[in-house]
Amino acid sequence: MSFPWAKPYEPKHPLMKWMDEKLPIPRLVYNATGPGYPVPRNLNYFWNFGVLAGAALMIQIITGIVLAMHYAANVGVAFNSVEHIMRDVNAGWFIRYAHMNGASMFFIVVYLHIFRGLYYGSYKAPREMVWLLGVVIFLLMMATAFMGYVLPWGQMSFWGAQVITGFFSAIPLVGEPVRQWLLGGFVPDNATLNRFFSLHYLLPFVILGVIILHIWALHIPGSNNPTGIEVKDEQDTVPFHPYYTAKDGFGLGVFLLVFVALTFFSPNMLGHADNYIPANSLSTPAHIVPEWYFLPFYAILKAFTFNFLWIDAKLWGVIAMFASIALLFFLPWLDSSPVKSSTYRPLYRIFFWVLVADVLLLGWCGMQPAEQPWVILSQLGAIYYFAHFLVILPIVSRIERPLPMPNSITEAVLAKHAPDAASGPAAA
Amino acid sequence: MASESELNAGIEDGVRRRDFINIAAVSFAGVGAVAVVLPLVNQMNPSADVLALSTTEIDVSAIQPGQAIKTSWRKQPVFVRNLVEKEIAEAKAVPLSDLRDPQTIDERTKPGKENWLITLGVCTHLGCVPLGAAEGENKGDFGGYFCPCHGSHYDTAARIRKGPAPTNLVVPPYEFTSDTVVTIG
Repeated sequence: MSFPWAKPYEPKHPLMKWMDEKLPIPRLVYNATGPGYPVPRNLNYFWNFGVLAGAALMIQIITGIVLAMHYAANVGVAFNSVEHIMRDVNAGWFIRYAHMNGASMFFIVVYLHIFRGLYYGSYKAPREMVWLLGVVIFLLMMATAFMGYVLPWGQMSFWGAQVITGFFSAIPLVGEPVRQWLLGGFVPDNATLNRFFSLHYLLPFVILGVIILHIWALHIPGSNNPTGIEVKDEQDTVPFHPYYTAKDGFGLGVFLLVFVALTFFSPNMLGHADNYIPANSLSTPAHIVPEWYFLPFYAILKAFTFNFLWIDAKLWGVIAMFASIALLFFLPWLDSSPVKSSTYRPLYRIFFWVLVADVLLLGWCGMQPAEQPWVILSQLGAIYYFAHFLVILPIVSRIERPLPMPNSITEAVLAKHAPDAASGPAAA
Repeated sequence: MASESELNAGIEDGVRRRDFINIAAVSFAGVGAVAVVLPLVNQMNPSADVLALSTTEIDVSAIQPGQAIKTSWRKQPVFVRNLVEKEIAEAKAVPLSDLRDPQTIDERTKPGKENWLITLGVCTHLGCVPLGAAEGENKGDFGGYFCPCHGSHYDTAARIRKGPAPTNLVVPPYEFTSDTVVTIG
C-alpha cells in the first residue's frame, strides 16, 4: 500500500528486531508516518488540517475524560456540577473551557479540511472511500457535539435537545414515538441526559475508529496534492518523516496558539450566555440558536416556512437539512471532471467560491430570527446550495475546458520555482 | 468423519445437507440476536415512572376572561386560556378552507365551556414554548400564540395560521371535574 520506492523498515537494534517479530507496531508507524511513507513533495499548508483534526480529537478525549470525573449526569445536579467544575475543581475552569473551545477548534479545522478537499478535488477517484468515511466522521462529530452541548443542562442545552429531537417528530406516522424513544419521555429529562452522557462518552471512540479507516483508505492511493496530478515516480515524493512531520508540527504550533488564545482570553465568545441559566422546561429562550458550527444547516431548516406539494413545511425543513449533508456522500459522482485541482478548473473555481460565500451567508442567516429579510435570504441560499451540487457541478464538470496541466508534480514544482516561469503553467 | 459421498448426498438438486445445516444455524442465531436486541432497544422508551406522571388537576376559577395561565402536564407546558367573546367570534369567522389543520373551535373545546381553550404549550414545529399566554407577550398576527423560535403564528383557537408548524397546538385529553376544576390526562 505504498510506492515501490518506499524505504523499507530495517530494525538494527536486537530489541527492535525482537519486537518486529512479535508485534510489528514500530514497522506500522515507520510505514505510515515515518521515512517509509512517501508523500507528494508539493503539499501546502492546507494539508495540515487532517493532523490538526486528529490533535483536536485527542484534546477533546483527554479533557472530556477528566471532566467526566467531576460531572454528574442528573437533571437535579448537572448544572451545579458544571459550576462546581468551574469554581471548585482545581484547574477545572481551564479544563472545561479547553473542552468547550476545543469543540469549536475541532469544527474549524474540519471545515478547513473539507474546504481543502473540495478545492483540490480530493474526493475524486481513487480517493472516494476516503471522502465517504470523512462524511461519516463529520456526521458523528455533529451528533457528539450536540449531545455534549446538552450535558450542562442550561437553557440552550434543554431547548437544543427539544428542537433537535423534534426533527424526528417530522417523520410521518412513527415520528412522535421515535422522538419519545430517543428522549425516554415526553420532554428532555433525566433519561435523556443520562443517555446523552453515555453516548457522548462513547462516540469519540467510534470517531477514532472511523479515523483509522479514513487514514487506512488514504494510505492506499496516498495523499492528493495541490496539482491533483497523481504521483508518477520517486522524484515526485519526499518521505513523510522528517518533511511532513516538521510541516505538521509547525502547523500544530499555530493551531495551539489560536486555541489557547481563545481559551484564555475569550472563552465564551463562541457560546451563548443563555446556557448559564439552568434549564427551564416551561420557558424557551427568546432567541434560540444552535452552536455556530450548525448555523448553515439550521438556516436551511428554517428556510421552509410553507407547505409545498403534499409535504408540510416541517418535514421539508428536516429533509432539506439532512439532505444538505447526505448530498456530500454523492459528491464524487456528481462531479465527473477527471481534473481534480481547481488550479486547472477556471469555471469550477468560480462556482466553488460562490458556494463558500453561500455557506457563509446561510451561516449568517442561521443566527438571525425567523423574520424577513432573513427568511428569503435563507431560502435563496438553500436553493443555491442544492443547485450547486445537483445542477451546476454536473454541468460544469461536463462543459468546462481545463487549463493546460503539467506532466508531473515535479514539473509543476520546478516550473513554479524556475527563474523564468514564463513557459510553466500559471500558479493559482 | 463423513465420507465424501455422504456429504454430497442429495447433491443432484444442487443443495447439500450441509447447506441446510448452515442456513438453519445462522437463522437460529439470527432469531436469538433479534431477541436480545429487542430489550436493548425497548429500554430507551419512556420508563414506568415517567409514564406514571399522567394527570394534573387545575383550578381555573382565578383566570379572568382574556387571561391565560401556564401549567404543566407530563412535564410539558399547558396553556389554559379564558377566551373573551370577541376571540371566540374571530375563531368562528375563519372559513375551514383557510386552515392548514382544519378544526372548528367547538372541536377544540368542551360543550358549554367554549371559553376555555386548553392546549399544550408546545409548538408543533420543533417543540418550543410559544409566547402569548402571559400578559404583554407577543400573541402573533392572529391574536393567539406566537412561537419565536421559527416564527409560527397561532390564532385564538390555537390553530396554526402561518409559519412552519404543521398542526394546531395539541388539545390534551381533559375534563371538567367540577365547574372550576379541570383534570388533564
